[in-house]
Amino acid sequence: MVKQESESANRPDNTAFTQQRLPAWQPILSAGIVIPGFVLIGLAFIGIGVALFVTSRSIQVLELDYTGDSNGSPCSSCSQSVVTNCKCSLNFTLTTLFQGPVFFYYGLSNYFQNYRRYGASKDDNQLYGDLSYFTSPSSSCSPYDYDSSKKPIVPCGSIANSMFNDTFTLTWTVNGTTNNVPLDGKGIAWWTDYNIKYRNPSVTPLKNAFNGTVKPINWAKPAYELDASDPSNNGFVNQDFLVWMRRAALPNFRKLYRRIDASGDYQKGLPAGNYTIDIAYNYPVRAFNGAKKIVFSNVSWMGGRNEFLGIAYLVIGSLCVVMSIVMLIVYAKFKFPDEE
Amino acid sequence: MIKVAHIGVGISGQEGMQAVLSSDFSFAQFRYLQRLLLVHGRWSYIRMCKFLGYFFYKNFTFTLVQFWYAFFCGFSAQTVYEDWFITFYNMVYTALPVLGMCLFDQDVNDRWSLYHPQLYAPGQKNQYFNKKAFVSYLIHGCYCSLIIFFIPWASMNDAVRNDGKDIVSHPSFAFLLQTCLLIVVHTQLSLDTYYWTAVNHFFVWLSTIGYFAISVTMYSNGMFYVFPSSFPLFGAARNTLNQPNVWLTIFLTFLLCILPVVAFRFIFIQLRPTINDKVRYKMRTEELTAPAPRRLLRRRSTRSGYAFSHSQGYGDLVTSRKFLIKRPLKMTALFTQTDSSIFQNQPQHYRTIAEEPQSP
Repeated sequence: MVKQESESANRPDNTAFTQQRLPAWQPILSAGIVIPGFVLIGLAFIGIGVALFVTSRSIQVLELDYTGDSNGSPCSSCSQSVVTNCKCSLNFTLTTLFQGPVFFYYGLSNYFQNYRRYGASKDDNQLYGDLSYFTSPSSSCSPYDYDSSKKPIVPCGSIANSMFNDTFTLTWTVNGTTNNVPLDGKGIAWWTDYNIKYRNPSVTPLKNAFNGTVKPINWAKPAYELDASDPSNNGFVNQDFLVWMRRAALPNFRKLYRRIDASGDYQKGLPAGNYTIDIAYNYPVRAFNGAKKIVFSNVSWMGGRNEFLGIAYLVIGSLCVVMSIVMLIVYAKFKFPDEE
Repeated sequence: MIKVAHIGVGISGQEGMQAVLSSDFSFAQFRYLQRLLLVHGRWSYIRMCKFLGYFFYKNFTFTLVQFWYAFFCGFSAQTVYEDWFITFYNMVYTALPVLGMCLFDQDVNDRWSLYHPQLYAPGQKNQYFNKKAFVSYLIHGCYCSLIIFFIPWASMNDAVRNDGKDIVSHPSFAFLLQTCLLIVVHTQLSLDTYYWTAVNHFFVWLSTIGYFAISVTMYSNGMFYVFPSSFPLFGAARNTLNQPNVWLTIFLTFLLCILPVVAFRFIFIQLRPTINDKVRYKMRTEELTAPAPRRLLRRRSTRSGYAFSHSQGYGDLVTSRKFLIKRPLKMTALFTQTDSSIFQNQPQHYRTIAEEPQSP
């Protein structure tokens, strides 16, 4: 019979693991799973696609380009001359109520905030309020780390230096009276940016922390004067600064500027009427064929207006249903496995 | 003398250990060669080809997404993923599942492999990993990378969160693409794995959930306080993963990459079933009555497997007519041996054949 004693020393392990007999689930693409699965996915996608498309259609968006790159376009006077503090206006008319909450964005095109050297050009430690980095900014900020007289720049780097500095005011003209539309700039940046990632140095008054440093070259005012009236919006935690520092991934982007304050006449949004935007045109974009625009938009559960998702879901859903029919025909005709 | 071979097999035994020492595989009886080739060799070939194919696919997908992003970042070599993800992708997030597939995968189990030796033919014909297969993996990786980049690109164009704030910042876009990529490659691995042991399950789920766990931990407040400038995706996970449009984008990307694969495989199985597909279907439907492999009858044999030319030999044994005794053989009798190891899906004990004492 089987001699077990003397050979057991060399006999390999006879466990399920070593003999590759582990219990396992062995799935197979069978018709009973694939075809109903495709049908279900197709129908679900069509449903989601319809919901997305309808929602997207209900979102109102108004885009106004103000680069001024051709004569006759708004703000062309400001773009051609090199006048600083140039002011121009944009007029537009709303025929129906623009449902609130209304968000006021500025958009830039052909602007590569995702350029690698640009994106690396900042000092997170400085922006976190670490005073030791105020006197010696990180070398990743170069050439925007020290100015010509070897003084450290705070906040250093190319992203901070190129901060968007056009300002806008919105007025509504109705029945001959012109009202200033209140714009709310609180909470336009990410909560994590405002509360954790960016900190002012804990020196009061804030101005003293910046002794011995200079402001970025392209800035009109230093960081501690970004909003002198509101200390919670001053320095590195200024909301506009935070929104700008969150660099965009794509070359055409929009950034939140303000929210239309839902109070008084504007509780439901922007009422119909004539509007004027007064722009302080400071930011030059024409040199690199960029474009600037203002966007008004409201949002829904899926964010801003984006018809791509709705259409994509509808298309893919119908393709799934078509594929399931094709597979059903193929399966019915060839009916594998029947033979060996 | 054989000078070129794919593998060398040595039989260990009474002729010394020289063959064993100079061979790739060695065992004690010549009949184990059948199992070596038809079961282990075949599995090894399939595993190796699947592993290589999947590895190339996942890296093509990963890298080509960066390539498409180059067109949108001014060709500045800006990575679309974040640096830590690039470090961890091959080492942590996709290492274990591939390992699991490579170690444990079986398309048919061992006794069906022995029962259908034709399954061995694809290995001989080099069918599973050749230039054509490589190009198909490349095209598949290219297609998936196009989907993984351009679907989020299109859906995030001018997109915002549902409270109006920004969502197309570079960190959040990177996080979205990373998540899409990982879900797609893990699901592709799940489609490629035909034999899901507990270990495979563990590896795949560990890697998928581990990605989210590591991301959340790495980009948490605590890590930020310790290393403020090392983790640029800080806040990205929190601010993107609570948005429905982000999840809808991930879902769309994932299904658009996986459904064509499922459809193609299903249609090819129907139109051009390979021998593997046929045996797998058969194995599934006839699971409980797996046939015994056609083997020598499990009875005590007075024959020996050795052939010696230097000893007296077994002439006496042969002429004693012991092995010509007819025993009542019924094929069905074999299957009713309920204590037979074959029947109960137990390992087969390869018994050693006791030599008859030599008569001088």
